[in-house]
Amino acid sequence: MIRKLALALVLVISAGVAHAAGEAAPTPDVAFPHEGPFGRFDQFQLQRGLQVYTEVCAACHGLKFVPMRTLSDAGGPGLPADQVRAYASQFTVVDADSGADRPGLPSDNFPRSAMETAPDLSLMAKARAGFHGPYGLGLNQLFRGMGGAEYIHAILTGYEEPPACAEGFESDGYFNKYFAKGAIPETCKGEDGKSMIEGSWIAMPPPLSDDLITYADGTPATVDQMAMDVASFLMWTAEPKLMDRKNAGFVSVIFLAFLATLLFLTNKRIWAGVKGKKHA
Amino acid sequence: MAGIPHDHYEPRTNGERWLHKRLPIMGLLYDTLMIPTPKNLNWMWIWGIVLFFCLALQIVTGVVLVMHYTPQIDLAFASVEHIMRNVNGGYFIRYLHQNGASLFFVAVYLHIFRGLYYGSYKAPREVTWIIGMLIYLLMMATAFMGYVLPWGQMSFWGATVITGLFGAIPGIGPDIQTWLLGGPSVDNATLNRFFSLHYLLPFVIAGLAILHVWGFHTTGNNNPTGVEVRRGSKEEAERDTLPFWPYFVIKDLFALAVILAVFFAVVGFMPNFLGHPDNYIQANPLVTPAEIVPEWYFLPFYAILRAFTDDVWVVIAANWLSFGIIDAKFFGVLAMFGSIAIMALAPWLDTSSVRSGRYRPMFKWWFAGLCISFVVLMWAGARPAEPLYQAISLIFTAYWFGYFLIILPLLGVIEKPLPQPATIEEDFNAHYGPSANPAE
Repeated sequence: MIRKLALALVLVISAGVAHAAGEAAPTPDVAFPHEGPFGRFDQFQLQRGLQVYTEVCAACHGLKFVPMRTLSDAGGPGLPADQVRAYASQFTVVDADSGADRPGLPSDNFPRSAMETAPDLSLMAKARAGFHGPYGLGLNQLFRGMGGAEYIHAILTGYEEPPACAEGFESDGYFNKYFAKGAIPETCKGEDGKSMIEGSWIAMPPPLSDDLITYADGTPATVDQMAMDVASFLMWTAEPKLMDRKNAGFVSVIFLAFLATLLFLTNKRIWAGVKGKKHA
Repeated sequence: MAGIPHDHYEPRTNGERWLHKRLPIMGLLYDTLMIPTPKNLNWMWIWGIVLFFCLALQIVTGVVLVMHYTPQIDLAFASVEHIMRNVNGGYFIRYLHQNGASLFFVAVYLHIFRGLYYGSYKAPREVTWIIGMLIYLLMMATAFMGYVLPWGQMSFWGATVITGLFGAIPGIGPDIQTWLLGGPSVDNATLNRFFSLHYLLPFVIAGLAILHVWGFHTTGNNNPTGVEVRRGSKEEAERDTLPFWPYFVIKDLFALAVILAVFFAVVGFMPNFLGHPDNYIQANPLVTPAEIVPEWYFLPFYAILRAFTDDVWVVIAANWLSFGIIDAKFFGVLAMFGSIAIMALAPWLDTSSVRSGRYRPMFKWWFAGLCISFVVLMWAGARPAEPLYQAISLIFTAYWFGYFLIILPLLGVIEKPLPQPATIEEDFNAHYGPSANPAE
C-alpha cells in the first residue's frame, strides 16, 4: 500500500510523460472543408466521393442507414433529382410490400454490405478515431473536426510493407500502420505481450491505386485525392445534417447572445435601486 | 406557508375572489413567486433555475423523441438513425437531449458543491438536502437508462457492466441482476424496461423537485453568509430580502441565457464531443469494445468502484472479517454507493455551528481538496484499469471518505471561525453600500 502510494506520487509528478505503447501510428490531421464552425461540405468533393464509394467501396461495403433520396439534399452532394433516380435504379431491391425484386427508387436506402464481414459505412466517420481530436482537447475538435474522416483517410493511405519483425508471418491480412485492432505476429510483441510496432494487419486489401477511377470532373485520381474525397463523403453519410446543424448553432447563439444582453441590461436596471455604489 | 413574514395574495376583482374561495391557486403562485429571498445571493445561486430548465428541456425533447423511437433491439439503433436523418429537425432534438443530460449534470454538480461550501445542508435544511440527494440518484438512474436506449456498443456493454454491479452482492446478487435485466443477459426485455423507466423517472424527479422547493421555501434560502434572515417582523425581514420576482427571476434568466449560449454552441458545433464513438456502432453481444467507459458524469464514482482491488488492505480486512463474503468487487460496489450516501449524511457529520465556508478558515482548504478529489477521480475514471490509476483513485477515494467521516466532524471542534456579519443587510451594504433608494 505504502509502496503503491509512493509510486503513484512519483508518477503523478511525472504525469503526461508516460504514454501507453502505441498500437497504431497517430492519425494525421487533414484540413477538410467541413471542419470548424464555418466549415461546409464541398459539394463537388462529395460527388467525387460518391463516385469512389460506388465504383470501389460498394463492391463489399454498404450504407444501409442512408436513404438515396438524400443525395439531392441541400448540404449534401446535391445531385439533380433525375440523376438520383438513375443512380437508385442501378440497384435491385426486394420490395417490402410485394416481396418481388424491382429496380431501386430514391426512397430506398443504399444497399447493405455485399460482403458479410465488411462493416457498414453509414456511420463509420462518427464511430472511429474518437471525437476528441488528435490531442484530446475540446477546442481542437471544434476547429479541426471530430477526426473520423481523418481516420478513414489514414486507413486508405496507410498500407505499407510489413515491418522487419514480421518476416515469415503468414496472414490473410495486409499491414496498415493506422489500423490498431488487427492481428500482430508474436515476433512483433514485447515481453509484456504488447505490440512493439505501429499498426497491424487488416483484412481489407488496399482498395485504392492511382488512376483506379476516372473522375467525371477531371480531377487527377491519386490515392490521396480519392481517400480524401471518399472520407469527406462518408463524413456526410454519417452526419448528413452537418451544415443545417451549424446554421442552427449560429442562429441559436446569436439569438441567445442578444437575449442575454437584454436580460443583463434589465437586471442592471432592476437592481440599480437596491444596490448603492459598489465598495468591494 | 410558514417561514419569513411577507405579504400574501389578496384577490382584487370579483373573478379572483370567486376562484380564490374555490381553489387558492393564485395565492400559491403568488406566494411562490414573491417569496422573500436573501438579497445577497451570489452567482452560485443560479443553478436551480438551470436545473429546472434542464428537466423541462429533457422532458420536452424526450417526449418528441419517443414519437419516433422504437424500443426493440433489432430496430432501436435504426430508429435513432431515422430520427437523425428523416425526422424534421430530429437531429437537433436528439443532440439537444443527448447534450442536455450533460448540462443537467454540470448544473447539478455545481449546485451540490455550492451547497457543500455554504453549508446549505445544515439545520434546518436537512430535508431539502436529502430530497436533493434523492433527485440526484434518480438523475443518475435516468441518465444511465437513457444511454442504453440508442442500443449502441457502449449502451449494451455499459448496461452489462452496471447491472453486473448488482450481481456482485453476495448470495442474492445474481437473482437481483436477473430481475433487473428481465433475463440472463442484457436483451430486449432489458431495453423495454429501461425505456419504460426512463420515461417514468423524470416525472418522479419533477415531483421531488417541487418538494425540494417547498422545503427551502419553508426554511428560507440559505445565502453566502449563512446568516439567517431576520424574521421578527415583516419590516425587519424586508431589510434582508427582496421578492423572488423580479429581482432573482431576471438575474437567473440572464445567467441561464449565457449558459444556454455556450450549450447551444456545443450542440451546434461539436455535439458528439462528450459522447463515445463506439455508440455509433450497433450493439453486438459478441464483440466487446476495447474499453468500456461510462459517460463523464459517472466517472468519479466509476473510479471509486475500480479503486478497490484484491491487494488493498481494507479489502483484505473486510474479506477476513466477513469470512470471505465481501470480495473486492462487492467492496467496490459498496464504496461507490457509499460515496454518494455519505454526502446525504453531511448534515449530521458536520459539527460546525457556522454554516458558510466563507467564515471557516480551515474548512476552505479541506473543501478545496474535496473539489480537487472530485476532478482527479473523474480523470482517473476515464483511464484504463492499470495499477497506477487505481492507486491514484484509491488516494482520492480515501480523501473523499475522510472529508465526510473525519474532517467535517473534527473541524467543528478544532476550527476557530471568523466573525460573521450580524445580518444579511450588513453584508449586502458592505458590498454595495446602503440602498440608493431606501423606499424600495
